[in-house]
Amino acid sequence: MIIVNNRDKVEWHEGMTVQDVLDAMGYDYALITVTVEGTLVPEDDYGTQTVPDGSNVGLFHLAHGG
Amino acid sequence: MYIPGMKGRNPIFERNVPGTTEKLQKATVGIAGCGGLGSNAAVALVRAGIGRLILVDHDIVEASNLNRQHYFQTDIGKPKVEALAAHLKAINPDVELTLQDVELTPEAIASIFVNADLLIEAFDRAELKHWLIQAWCLAFPDKPVIAASGVSGCGNTGAMRVHSSGNIHVCGDEESDMSMGLCAARVMMAASMEANVAIELLTSEDKRS
Repeated sequence: MIIVNNRDKVEWHEGMTVQDVLDAMGYDYALITVTVEGTLVPEDDYGTQTVPDGSNVGLFHLAHGG
Repeated sequence: MYIPGMKGRNPIFERNVPGTTEKLQKATVGIAGCGGLGSNAAVALVRAGIGRLILVDHDIVEASNLNRQHYFQTDIGKPKVEALAAHLKAINPDVELTLQDVELTPEAIASIFVNADLLIEAFDRAELKHWLIQAWCLAFPDKPVIAASGVSGCGNTGAMRVHSSGNIHVCGDEESDMSMGLCAARVMMAASMEANVAIELLTSEDKRS
């Protein structure tokens, strides 16, 4: 089981990547910043970096405006 | 009697939260962008007693900025970093300011902010926020970055929050987009949240003991 944003639970599977977590959460925002166990995942690695079972994943949606 | 330069006795900080001013006076905060978020966060930090700010922006003050940014009619046409510096010095002449009137790039992060204890992300466009957080975390993995996302529209006050993971802190509702328009009350709220998180991190016992 993966915990997202200290709130949502996502079923874990072998070889699960950051992109798989985003897909499971239904996130289709263009710009998402991701952490795994509090460490930033570079965007280029979303499709390749695997997420261990039990991980805490942080997903930040960045919206225009300031 | 207050003598300029003797920061610890500066009377403008008499009503500050006890124990915070001394820590903030030693701290340096980087601010990437001096628009609605950056200008207002800078004002809050200077009023709290921050010692040094590194201000980065390459824009000129325009009339349309005045609906939410800490500028005045007499600033229109001036570089934002220079106009903001004057306003910050008018609050506390002792605050140390490093002004960078440049277009920030990912490659420049490590050198421009090398002396910063933490960064306040204060850009307007989401893709810039995104690369700034990425570049900061790669350059300074142990230093906090405080960003804002979802600051647009008006009302919806209860949706504003701080979302943290590791050294990344994002203030706002993470939803509202500037196509809704921007309102000073809400942008300043997000800017104040960013400043408040910075003050909390810089004055906490474990961070700067």
